[in-house]
Amino acid sequence: MTDFEPKIIGFLCNWCSYAGADLAGVSRIQYPTNLRIIRVMCSGRVDPALPLGFLAEGADGVMITGCHIGDCHYIDGNLHAKRKYGLLERLVAKAGLEPGRIMLDWVSASEGQRFADIVTGFTDQVRELGPNPAVTDPCVKLNLMAAKAAAAEYRLRALVGKEEKLVTEGNVYGEEMTQEEFDRIMEEVVETEFTRNKIRLILSVKPMSVKGLSAETGIDSRIILDHVVALRQRGWVDLHEVQGNSPVYRAMEVQ
Amino acid sequence: MKAVGAVLVLGGGIAGIQASLDLADAGFKVYLMDKEPTIGGVMTQLDKTFPTNDCAMCILAPKLVGAGRHPNVELLTYTEIVELKGEEGDFTATLKRKARRIDPEKCTGCGDCARKCPVEAIDEYNMGMAKRSSAYIKYPQAVPLIATIDKSKCIGCGICAEVCKAEAVVYDEEDVTFELNIGSVILAPGFEAFDPSTLTEYGYGRYPNVVTSMEFERILSATGPYRGTVLRPSDGDLPKKVAFLQCIGSRDERVGNSYCSGVCCMYAMKEAVIAQEHNPGLEATIFFMDLRAFGKEFDDYYIRAEKEHGVRFIRSRVASTRQVPGSRDILLSYVEDGEVKEESFDIVVLSVGLNPPHDSAELSDAVGIELNRHGFAKTSLFKPLETSRPGVYVCGAFQGPKDIPDSVAQASGAAAKASKGIAQERGKLITKVEYPAEKDVAGVEPRVGVFVCHCGINIGGVVDVPDVVEYARTLPGVAYAEQNLYTCSQDTQDKIKENILEYDLNRVVVASCTPRTHEPLFRATLREAGLNEYLFEMANIRDQCSWVHMHQHEAATEKAKGLVRMAVAKARLLKPLEKPVIKTTPVALVIGGGLSGMTSALEIADQGYEVHLVEKAGELGGNLRHIKYVPTGENPEEELWKLVERVSGHPNIEVHLGTQLADAHGYIGNFESTLVSERGETVVNHGVAIIATGGVEYKPTEYLYGSEGVMTQFELEAKLHKGYKPDTVVMIQCVGSRCEERTYCSRVCCTGAVTNALRIKETNPDADIYVLYKDMRTYGFKEDYYREAADRGVIFIRYTDEDKPIVEEQGGLRVTVTDPVLREKVAIPADAVVLAAAILPSEDNAKLAGMFKVPLSKDGFFLEAHMKLRPLDFATDGVFLAGLAHGPKTLDECISQASGAAARALTILSQPTIEVDGAIAKVDEDRCSGCRMCEHVCEFNAIEMVEDEEGKVRSHVIPEVCKGCGVCVATCPSGAITAGHFTDTEILSQIITALQEVEA
Repeated sequence: MTDFEPKIIGFLCNWCSYAGADLAGVSRIQYPTNLRIIRVMCSGRVDPALPLGFLAEGADGVMITGCHIGDCHYIDGNLHAKRKYGLLERLVAKAGLEPGRIMLDWVSASEGQRFADIVTGFTDQVRELGPNPAVTDPCVKLNLMAAKAAAAEYRLRALVGKEEKLVTEGNVYGEEMTQEEFDRIMEEVVETEFTRNKIRLILSVKPMSVKGLSAETGIDSRIILDHVVALRQRGWVDLHEVQGNSPVYRAMEVQ
Repeated sequence: MKAVGAVLVLGGGIAGIQASLDLADAGFKVYLMDKEPTIGGVMTQLDKTFPTNDCAMCILAPKLVGAGRHPNVELLTYTEIVELKGEEGDFTATLKRKARRIDPEKCTGCGDCARKCPVEAIDEYNMGMAKRSSAYIKYPQAVPLIATIDKSKCIGCGICAEVCKAEAVVYDEEDVTFELNIGSVILAPGFEAFDPSTLTEYGYGRYPNVVTSMEFERILSATGPYRGTVLRPSDGDLPKKVAFLQCIGSRDERVGNSYCSGVCCMYAMKEAVIAQEHNPGLEATIFFMDLRAFGKEFDDYYIRAEKEHGVRFIRSRVASTRQVPGSRDILLSYVEDGEVKEESFDIVVLSVGLNPPHDSAELSDAVGIELNRHGFAKTSLFKPLETSRPGVYVCGAFQGPKDIPDSVAQASGAAAKASKGIAQERGKLITKVEYPAEKDVAGVEPRVGVFVCHCGINIGGVVDVPDVVEYARTLPGVAYAEQNLYTCSQDTQDKIKENILEYDLNRVVVASCTPRTHEPLFRATLREAGLNEYLFEMANIRDQCSWVHMHQHEAATEKAKGLVRMAVAKARLLKPLEKPVIKTTPVALVIGGGLSGMTSALEIADQGYEVHLVEKAGELGGNLRHIKYVPTGENPEEELWKLVERVSGHPNIEVHLGTQLADAHGYIGNFESTLVSERGETVVNHGVAIIATGGVEYKPTEYLYGSEGVMTQFELEAKLHKGYKPDTVVMIQCVGSRCEERTYCSRVCCTGAVTNALRIKETNPDADIYVLYKDMRTYGFKEDYYREAADRGVIFIRYTDEDKPIVEEQGGLRVTVTDPVLREKVAIPADAVVLAAAILPSEDNAKLAGMFKVPLSKDGFFLEAHMKLRPLDFATDGVFLAGLAHGPKTLDECISQASGAAARALTILSQPTIEVDGAIAKVDEDRCSGCRMCEHVCEFNAIEMVEDEEGKVRSHVIPEVCKGCGVCVATCPSGAITAGHFTDTEILSQIITALQEVEA
């Protein structure tokens, strides 16, 4: 693996990190060539679905950098970035990908050296991990696609959107919510949305029975059936045909 | 004594709803309370109902809507009772309304909050087999159709408030405690299904393929988690073999439920039959102890389940289940014909019994009533509807496990009881709506107003509503069109009224949801604006458009336009219709002077209406005269005399003894009957009739009946009463019942045999008593007497149709029967052989049925309007039935029905006039050929043939009786009949515009 060079995507916020990267250039600070930078106006723009998409497509690592906490050009955009990154971490874990393939850090416009150090460190780290298994292992790719789809779901996005408010200001009843409580709820929703999207993706390739899905995913068929019930309720999955004793389901086109 | 003309009904299941409707129709204010966010109870969760296999929701939904819309019924959902103070006639109830956190005035039930809620919870409606959100509507047909936030699951994220376009979310709402002043209280909190997780031997909760019958009900339902296909919960496969285990949590003293739940045998058979229908090839097996199909035509269902549907019945109590490792099939071991057998099944359904509500102790404390030893409301045989606290009545499963029709009958009965003490307050607390005079639209060019609803995003999210409005403006006759966020909201009603006046509209079209729920609301709005309510038409662009074409925006918009065009086309042709008003004669005719007839007569007379009670015999009492012993210990003779005395001395009751009906004609509110007796003929005008003609005991031809020592149970009772003390008695059950000639069960005989057996044991503890039976059907709490008899040494031996007992006379009576345990013949010498003779329908039924144009069942009993929800009514309005005339039943059931029939009758008697629907048929007499085909097809006897001056017979529709179905219109060979509001021209205009749409 010594000759492996990872492909890394970096999301940089316009006001701090991107400027920091420019400063590294102006200062001629050298760092590995593996990084491809995508400029966004704010790190809070980084929808978890985007990095997940890149990872599914074979990127070996995704880094996100924003302004330091308190310095955000958009007041609290980087706090949102942090919340969204939390979801990204959960989904990467769900997909079975190494956590070391993603990172979030803060780089100010005056931290050219820091930027170069972060890139170098992250590149080494990803190089160490080796190629993204999604390239060779269709299961990992499927997981990442499911994670991406889950990240695009209303339920997850709504929760992430509310996280900051819920854990800092409390809920609409004026009750406090600890980060642990929120994390517990979040974990439950991530698990269900990930699994449901995974089932849906599998069915969009090939109609399958509950038992088939269970064999494919390694999840107890009883739990699969519960998810199929929910997916049918949402109109995402419908009965395709009956093979022997097993109803076979297919994914519906969703507009 | 102060009396308040309002009643509090606790529990909004089918019993509570029926009681509320009867009271409200009879002029009382009703508060219908339910602890759930919606009324409807358990029946809303059922798939089909036995024995007719009617869809539960289809028959219940109109009642839900009826209760929700009734001007005299106030729904208090999500509410609990805290305390009941005061006394009969003047109670003060303290109630707690739980915070729903949704403003019911603003919520339109669109469901957006539920769809956007990020939190999932167990869906109780689907018995935990699906998920719902924390902001939710329990089921789509909920009444009131209002969302509720389940605080126990809500994380308070605030999203629902953001997505709610009606701004109905109120997070800071708190529980509210308030007081109500009422005259009476009816308890109808229903039951709770037994939770089998405590019976670990059945593996419920551990084995996924062991489910309860309530869960199976949801599995069968098309609105359930599996959309009506039976699937194995473990892996989603189609099951081949499903087993039902009966008596789970019933007839089982280990779990504290010694009683029989009464309904499980029937629902298991129904679930088995329906499962086989839903999954062709599925094999259903029912493991049971006694098959208790004791209700009306239930045994026919049993026979069909076995013979036609091939449901397998195995008489064995299965003690435990085992899961087969790997396949998760369920292995059952059981004993059949003395052999231990093993068989595996895909799904095992536990037929769970009916428990009292888990909080029945709190409820009884709050309301101040006593419970019986099983935790149900304590009542007595002759007062089945009365609790221990005067003024507080009970009905439905909380009085004891029972099925839907018995609950409905009791509910009406409780309504009669609850209104008795406050009868003088009738009509004082109800709202009378006054409408302005109607605008004359005859000859005026149609000016149609079109109101297109967004329904939040339910329609607007799919259909381009502004485009539909623009399109509507181009349609001929449309004078005004607009869009509304919610056309059904109160502010839109005001706006519609303003627009009607401002734009001089004389027809209104609302394009929104379904007329089945919303037409009455909009019609009322028209009336309030001075328009005839029939000048209204709806285009169903939600339920039948946006909801079913969610991803086809353009096509859905085009279809919505087409539906609006059709509605407008019809609206232009609509004519104002008059609602016939019937004057009612406030007099009741009760036919039959037995327990049922006397009870009905008293209920009506006690509320101040005149009653004619007709009895064929020379004295009152009917079959009650033959009953000497009851299992509960009361003295039936004493009860009889009390009744006869009250009836005979009642100022409002005229008793006609030795009298029969010679003729009856007329219709609801206006009947005229001719009574004949030895004294001659009398004509009675009456507004209602109650048929309570009872039944007669079968005179057996089998088992040497007629010989010395062979007698019927009635005859035994008479003898015991005179001191008869037999030493050896053999009782043979099902004599003349459950046979080829009479397939039905006579319902009372098993309990009767047990009662008389206990009576003999009381005077002669050493007496040997044998009961030879097919199935012991001591349903409900009567099971306790069966157990007591067994404990006291009465021997019960089961026989089969193939191997019936043989009675011989060889210097004494000897009965030979095969003992199913020993599997050999035993001969029992007997002093007395007592035959449980069937209950037969009265021989006068056919004649009476002809007079009132009401049907008889195949067994010769009167056939009610609907076996499930209208057990006391006939399709012919104004005629009711009670007691054995309806079918065999026990004393308390007769009393409940009789009180119930009275309550049904009082809804008519209490109103001087009744307004009925104006959309009815009308005959053009010039075109009528007098062929009588309309008369034959009319289910409601609304057609009378009238001879005109030239002697020609013409058809005439009795407007007061016509229901507007239109069958006669479609039948008439001369095209002489028109259907109001659905005329050929109106329908054709819709077809033509629909076709134009296709061409376009």
